[in-house]
Amino acid sequence: MRAPKDELPIRFDAFGVRAGAVTILDGIDLTISAGAPTVIVGPNGSGKTTLLRAAMGLPAPAQYDGAPAYQIAGRITHGGAADVPPVHRAILLQRPAMLRRSAAGNIRYALRAARKPRDRHNTRIAELLALVGLDGFAERPARRLSGGEQQRLALARALARDPAVLFLDEPTASLDPAATKAIEDVIAAVTARGIKIVMSTHDLGEARRLAGDIVLLHRGRVVEHADAATFFHSPATAEARAFLAGELLI
Amino acid sequence: MSTDASALTLVLSGDPTLYAIVRLSLLVSLSAVAVAALIGIPLGALIALTRFRGREAAIVTLNALMGLPPVVAGLVVFLLLSRSGPLGAFGLLFTPQAMVIAQVLLVTPIIAALSRQTIEDLWVDYRDELAALNVGPLRRVATLVWDGRFSLVTILLAGFGRAAAEVGAIIIVGGNIEGFTRTMTTAIALETSKGDLPLAIGLGMVLIGIIVIVNALAWTIRRAGERIAG
Repeated sequence: MRAPKDELPIRFDAFGVRAGAVTILDGIDLTISAGAPTVIVGPNGSGKTTLLRAAMGLPAPAQYDGAPAYQIAGRITHGGAADVPPVHRAILLQRPAMLRRSAAGNIRYALRAARKPRDRHNTRIAELLALVGLDGFAERPARRLSGGEQQRLALARALARDPAVLFLDEPTASLDPAATKAIEDVIAAVTARGIKIVMSTHDLGEARRLAGDIVLLHRGRVVEHADAATFFHSPATAEARAFLAGELLI
Repeated sequence: MSTDASALTLVLSGDPTLYAIVRLSLLVSLSAVAVAALIGIPLGALIALTRFRGREAAIVTLNALMGLPPVVAGLVVFLLLSRSGPLGAFGLLFTPQAMVIAQVLLVTPIIAALSRQTIEDLWVDYRDELAALNVGPLRRVATLVWDGRFSLVTILLAGFGRAAAEVGAIIIVGGNIEGFTRTMTTAIALETSKGDLPLAIGLGMVLIGIIVIVNALAWTIRRAGERIAG
């Protein structure tokens, strides 16, 4: 596995995304460093998805064919360099697409795309399916799996790239507690292997369980960025206090 | 040819005239579908995956051409291939090749338009993942065609159905010459007006049988695709 220093730290430098008159991200200055998971929280539409996708190197959602042209301000660097291709990064999208292949076929596709040695493919597929608790599902058509199973398969597929950084966009949204636990266990396991997790969530409980540091986004701006203990016990901003108190941040 | 034989006897006894006609029909329509696939699938993929000025107009045109009346396709190819036409020097008019060309003109828009739709739908579903997996352009196209293969084969069968069933184009450019350019549909048209109903009905039964088989095949492939790919 490649050392995380190739990708980290990820620095946002006055980074902004606008779609026509709508500001999605505005003046983001943020450094994501190696270590425990960085968890991004904030209300719907606060820019979590766009932030993760930008850090991954993907266009903002709906940028393809979108009517208003997107304008990007500032820049993002990975390990001090700009425009680093997404070779050692992977992302679990909010709604991952299942390739029209078997579960094993989905992982094999990712292994091939990442040019992993072919003679190791079968071993890696078995390892990854076991890691996410899908042993025995190898030959099942991916699109016939349940929501929770698809999410775990997408996670295994992302990990097939041996990423140094793994972005997870609300990986447990709409999953039941058992499926959520399965995903969180994998997140803990890959963090222990030195893979940097950057994830968004709606679930403050999940943020408490997993986060090393917390980024609170609101209306496209970073309101607060602090290590998890500080954020939960002595938040610095009124927005963070309101968010933690369960008030509606609008 | 015995005119009092029943249509069924003709079909079941393997009447050589009838089966020569069936053979030519299949040869012409299968060749047309093969050529149309080689043009239509890449064209569909190109329109699905690229953005250019006039793209919307191209899509509308292709969709409209799906309903191109066969006689109009026949007329166009007739004008192109006739002695004084731009391709007249090749002497192709009233040959099976001319019929293939006319059917290619009919079937290519169907294959291109439906492939475009299939590949674009897949692309919308896949594009973020393929970008995240850092997949290059050629592999993207290969992935979309492979993962859409069951739909694409069904599209080819739809194209074949259209080609095998049409009469307007091939009767104009083929001329319905006995033993040379006479196909099932042109023979049915001719024999019906001549009053040789047994041959017309026999050919009609074979033609319907082929269409049923093609549709059964399309159905089977679709089901297999659902089972394998989900």
